[in-house]
Amino acid sequence: MSRKKIYVDRRTVLKGAATGAAAILFAPNIVTAQSKKIRIGMLTILSGRVAQLGTSSRNAVMMEVEKINAAGGLVGREVEMVIRDSKGQPQEAARVARELVNSDGCEILYDAEASSGGFAVHEVAKDLGVLCIHTNSETSSLTADPKIRIPNAFRVCRQGIHDSIAGGAYAAEIAKAKNLRNWATCSPDYAYGRDSTQTFMEYLKHFYPEAELKTEAWPKLFQPDYTEVITKVIQARPQALYTCLWGGDLTSWIDQGNIYGMFSQNQVFAVNMADYTALTTVKNLPQGIHSGNRYIKTFPNTPQNAAWADEYRSRYGEYPTNWSWQNAVGIHFLAAAAKKANSVDGKKLEEVLRGLTIESPFGTDGTVTIRAEDQTIVNYAIGWGTTIPQEPYVPEVKAISWETIFELETEWKKRNNYL
Amino acid sequence: MTGPRSSVGCGVPALHGRRVYFSPRCNLDLAALTDCFSSASCIVTQTTSGLIIGLLLFLVAAGLTLIFGVLKVVNFTHGSFYMLGAYFAYTVNNLTSSYALAVLAAAIGVGLFALFFERFFISRVYGANVLMQLLVCYAFILILDDAVKIIWGPEFKSMGMPDIFQAPPFFVAGGIIPVFYLFLIIVTLFIAVGLWLIIAYTRFGTIVRAAAVNPSMVSALGINTGLIYAAVFAIGGMLAGLAGGLAVPVRSLTAGMGFSILIESFIVTVIGGMGSIAGALIGSILIGLVRAFGSIGFPLFVEGLMFALMAIILILKPSGLLGKEG
Repeated sequence: MSRKKIYVDRRTVLKGAATGAAAILFAPNIVTAQSKKIRIGMLTILSGRVAQLGTSSRNAVMMEVEKINAAGGLVGREVEMVIRDSKGQPQEAARVARELVNSDGCEILYDAEASSGGFAVHEVAKDLGVLCIHTNSETSSLTADPKIRIPNAFRVCRQGIHDSIAGGAYAAEIAKAKNLRNWATCSPDYAYGRDSTQTFMEYLKHFYPEAELKTEAWPKLFQPDYTEVITKVIQARPQALYTCLWGGDLTSWIDQGNIYGMFSQNQVFAVNMADYTALTTVKNLPQGIHSGNRYIKTFPNTPQNAAWADEYRSRYGEYPTNWSWQNAVGIHFLAAAAKKANSVDGKKLEEVLRGLTIESPFGTDGTVTIRAEDQTIVNYAIGWGTTIPQEPYVPEVKAISWETIFELETEWKKRNNYL
Repeated sequence: MTGPRSSVGCGVPALHGRRVYFSPRCNLDLAALTDCFSSASCIVTQTTSGLIIGLLLFLVAAGLTLIFGVLKVVNFTHGSFYMLGAYFAYTVNNLTSSYALAVLAAAIGVGLFALFFERFFISRVYGANVLMQLLVCYAFILILDDAVKIIWGPEFKSMGMPDIFQAPPFFVAGGIIPVFYLFLIIVTLFIAVGLWLIIAYTRFGTIVRAAAVNPSMVSALGINTGLIYAAVFAIGGMLAGLAGGLAVPVRSLTAGMGFSILIESFIVTVIGGMGSIAGALIGSILIGLVRAFGSIGFPLFVEGLMFALMAIILILKPSGLLGKEG
């Protein structure tokens, strides 16, 4: 085998040196180009029984981010989403949140966790001081309790207390009209289930003092068989039943309750029914279940809301979920804040986000606001209605007045020493 | 407008020191249990409820205990077999709109998969350290969960109730018995009796029982024990698949759905005695009744009651109700 000799002459050395020098000279420009991107670290649940909601969160974010980037990014900086799966485990959420900031160079944390993981991410944000947007954690204390609230974290999703006041007011009206005095509850046995059920019953009683709880059942989260809790509830012969079961648990419960004729025997109030994940999955959806609006394209019944749902559906082949709109509105807020602050610096964004009002397809009157005092979203569409087994699923949603919610929420905060 | 004056919950102290809406008898409600035992309608409803919980559990636990009794393998993938059965039934029902075909496909499909699994993987760890068996099974739990996500997607599915069972429930002495659950009870009891007849009275059953006691002697008599093992494993898998297929109208389907039923099946096999099918039947019905009546008397301690029952039986008879000592 012959070996070809390589000659390195003076000209080659000079060319190489010139190339090296050019690389060094132009390197800062390359770095500058890269630094124009702003990295946002998003963590959500992309595996397990809640994966559908996590995926719908990611879908909504990517749909909105693409639009922002097409329009030139956040004050000229392209948005790059770094998305990680927390697997629904709080300890994993905390670990991933730290990694996103410390290793991946993310400047903003976009927390699309359920409440369990949301509190863990909140602690990381508190520790690192990075701007954090909570998009799915509905537990009221996250922003209501001043001991937990931090200046660099904002919530852009429903809040449990708002849903409970709205649900209590709506249910009381039905209860008065139909004389529903005997109530039962059947909710998942964990923090969200207990808090939601407790506050719903409080406000039902507030608006309709004659309501009386006959029995309560607490199935485990993700319990496969609800037979014993269904029969327990039926034995109590309530006139009305409240549940905050959700997702696959809710659909199983409905399938199993149906064969006992549970839904024809009493009025059922299921706060999480009116979300497309459940509405489109249950094959034998009983007529007349009362539900809070989670996400319905017909509420608010505006062309903007319908257009947003249709755009999402045409892109992903399914309707958006409650987690979808919450994650979309978070991106809308970030875009508006960056524009107003003319910066993507976390501290400047924080200042602008407090009290910021934006136009939104998800607002009661076409706008939503991040309330300055507790850094949580208000004025989003909130109401209750009854289901039918086909589209539009909840033909008429009765909106609840935000004045009533604010008034009772203030009382609630005072009672809990949050004010 | 003022808000409510108290904030209460089950076991949660009320603000202003009083409870208003939630029953203070959350953890222990013996009065409700006594009321239930004095009411024919409650006894009928809860007993039926206990039977249906127990008998579906029996189908899974019977396969688990059969495999352990003969092969001495603790098959941790059994919950995944149940999951596969549910998904097979869901798919076939969507294709054919026939629940009967769906159940049949679930049983046969999972039986064939179990046969493949035994021949290529489990047969290699017979007699190995239990940790090695556990490792193989655990790996397949993860693999099958991921396979389900890839094939059917990560979101939960619901098959819905077949038209034939969409009928009002029966009322017996005021108690409610759903038509579908009556069907499940009859089918499951039929399978339990059939299984017992096969094991007790057929040549195949005799060989299986002999292989469970002394496989070397069975082999020395010219019987292919490898084939027997494969058949037993496939039958065990079929039972789990059948349970998944039967239950699919009233379960939401999701990757990992087999895990909870696996835990309960282990409790059943421990209570009934590892390797005893009759023990599994008694254990399953006991667990079903404990859940049904426990949810009325001990609403927050139903899971605990199952484990308490298991602990008591293990203390009194460590080999389980019908398990063989030693």
